[in-house]
Amino acid sequence: MSEKLYNNLLFQSIFLMSFLILVGLLIPNWLVFVITKAIAYGLVGLGIITLMRGGLVSFGQGFVFGIGGYTAGLLGTQAGLTDAMLLLFISFLFTGLVGLIIAPLLARYRDIFFAMLSLAFSMVLYGILIKIDAIGGSDGFVLPESTYFGIKPSSEYADYVLYVVAIIMTGFISILLRYYYDSTPGLIALAVRENELRVEYLGSSAFNVAVLNFTIAAGLGGMGGALNGIALGHIDPEFTYWTTSGEFVFISILAGYLSVPAVFLAALLLELVRSFSGRYFPDTWQLILGLFLILSIIFIPSGIGSFFKQFFDRLKKSK
Amino acid sequence: MNFFRQCLILTSSFLISLLTFVGISNADGHKGFKLGVVTFLSGPAAEPFGVPAWNGGKLFIKLLNEGKAPAPYNKIGFGGMKITAIPIDESGGATKQVQEFRNLVQRDKVDAVLGYVSSGDCMAIPSVADELKALTVLYDCGTPRVFEDASYKYVFRTAAHAAMDNIAIAKYLIEKGHDISSIAGINQNYAWGKDSWKDFSVSVKKLSPSSEIKNELFPKIFSGQYGTEISALMNSKAKVVHSSLWGGDLQSFILQAKPRGLFKRTQVVFSAGDHVMPGLGNKYPEGVILGARGQYGMMAPDTALNKWFYKSYMDEYGVFPAQPPYRMVQGLMGLKMAIEKAMETNGGKKPNKDEIAAAFKGLEFDSPGGLVQMRLGDGHQAIQPHAIGKTAKDKDGNITVTDIVRYKASCVNPPNGIKAVDWINAGFPGADC
Repeated sequence: MSEKLYNNLLFQSIFLMSFLILVGLLIPNWLVFVITKAIAYGLVGLGIITLMRGGLVSFGQGFVFGIGGYTAGLLGTQAGLTDAMLLLFISFLFTGLVGLIIAPLLARYRDIFFAMLSLAFSMVLYGILIKIDAIGGSDGFVLPESTYFGIKPSSEYADYVLYVVAIIMTGFISILLRYYYDSTPGLIALAVRENELRVEYLGSSAFNVAVLNFTIAAGLGGMGGALNGIALGHIDPEFTYWTTSGEFVFISILAGYLSVPAVFLAALLLELVRSFSGRYFPDTWQLILGLFLILSIIFIPSGIGSFFKQFFDRLKKSK
Repeated sequence: MNFFRQCLILTSSFLISLLTFVGISNADGHKGFKLGVVTFLSGPAAEPFGVPAWNGGKLFIKLLNEGKAPAPYNKIGFGGMKITAIPIDESGGATKQVQEFRNLVQRDKVDAVLGYVSSGDCMAIPSVADELKALTVLYDCGTPRVFEDASYKYVFRTAAHAAMDNIAIAKYLIEKGHDISSIAGINQNYAWGKDSWKDFSVSVKKLSPSSEIKNELFPKIFSGQYGTEISALMNSKAKVVHSSLWGGDLQSFILQAKPRGLFKRTQVVFSAGDHVMPGLGNKYPEGVILGARGQYGMMAPDTALNKWFYKSYMDEYGVFPAQPPYRMVQGLMGLKMAIEKAMETNGGKKPNKDEIAAAFKGLEFDSPGGLVQMRLGDGHQAIQPHAIGKTAKDKDGNITVTDIVRYKASCVNPPNGIKAVDWINAGFPGADC
């Protein structure tokens, strides 16, 4: 019985979540903030990984990231809705809905065509956002400070409260995703990746898998965008720019598609490398970041997730 | 129990690395004054703008730490505290800057942040600055909206906003008898470009209601290619072409428009035109009317303070200082004066941010570019005198600025409490020229 408990996904996740929440009390404020931001980016990366399992890569996740961010931001500034949890949830649903609407168009394409079309969507959105002066145009706008169940935490604790909310919401989403990945439609995605034609002959629809995965990816991306906007307190069209989308692709490549927690670790790693290279090498930080990207692609081609998998496989063998 | 043991190892190694990490980043002591400096160090805005600004700042900080600056800036560092500067790259957009700002304040525990060239960054940073209660000096950015749409406790801008640049140019054109019957503009498609064009075209309309707008072009920022726009401007035959392009964009525009004869055919005016002069040298066209966003570089006033700064910069870097270094030094001077004023009242100990902010409000200080007065936005936004001139070749064939007209700060800046655009629309009420 006890052996089984340790291997139970729910138990492991809750253990990890409570651990992280406790750690949040010990680490300095800036690191709490960096982790929150890494979670936001990790959520989008998780979306890409969901697509990657079906053999698709989106170069335009900035599209959903931006929609999520602007949804949260506009609800905050225009409708006066400042509850962070509600904003995250609404952004998740709304962006998922947008994803569902455009997914049938995108799902007809594969490989580079899918990637480029998704990129096109994000750049069109960028072009539109930059031109709307009513919501700040290229400057973006500032979000009101967020509340939690009607309470506004004092500024010393605001970062930590958002961190806790982010960990809990993301934790449960990650658990659901793990179950989804291991479910029949989740596994069909892997089959589609291997041989799409054969999946069709067996009576499953590769098209439906792509639509479903894109919708999930959109919802996750939207939530990530909302979280990032709430954490930073500012939103601008840069959210949808192709360089932002590129970062998400990198995070997913660094993480690999084998493990869910690896995505967040990859996002955190990228965030830390970027922020420290910017701090200590202000003139050449791009060079450091570039070297990091190249080295990680050369030395861990199948991603951080592959370490995790090896680790757990060895664990099982040793029993 | 294997899982638990592994977990324990992972956790402890994670914690140990974390603690060393935190230890390293908090290791440096806290004796002097820690200043975060944010300016463009990479990308198209770095070479003509961010880097010279930081060069000026670096030099001035070094001279301050050695106590070599002239009075009233002759105290060592800031009120006797040595300044340690942490430079940060401004490129990457407002979202990235908000994060870098938080890192500076929360991780490096800086005493103040000085920075920001881009208007987008200046719109994003102040609310975070107030939230974190971090003293912040905006040293260059132009958008008037920072203190017109909101008010902040810990944020100050030590340079005049962009309205002044365009109002002064419109006045100059009329005073010098230029034909402004038709105007055209090429400005970047974002807040700075749009605001600049609006301020200029409305000012011209107010001063000369019969003038007609021919072309309003808004290329994307950092696009670098202006072939089509130049053709459109040539075809429009407007008498005056206005541009607020800056940095690499302005350099590209000049280099592409010059061989096609745009500068010979029409009167071109640059609202922020001098900061590319050191880079372009004699490739800079003649007969261009330009402002430097203040009395800077070749249009600087003939004061002892300016002579000292001009010479120190020239000796160090071998080129003359244009707008960017002047601006950063102006910001440092304002901060220094505010800190030293706060120390006079608190008995000479290191002032906290509330004391500095209180002293900064409504401060007046001399800078190489003239007297800076924190007048607008309830004492948080500076006004300063302005100068407009025209480029010409001197007897050795070098490009210089002649026909300089100087404007009082109160002549080209709105009074406190009135938005710049409303002031222009109302026809400059209360302007003291």
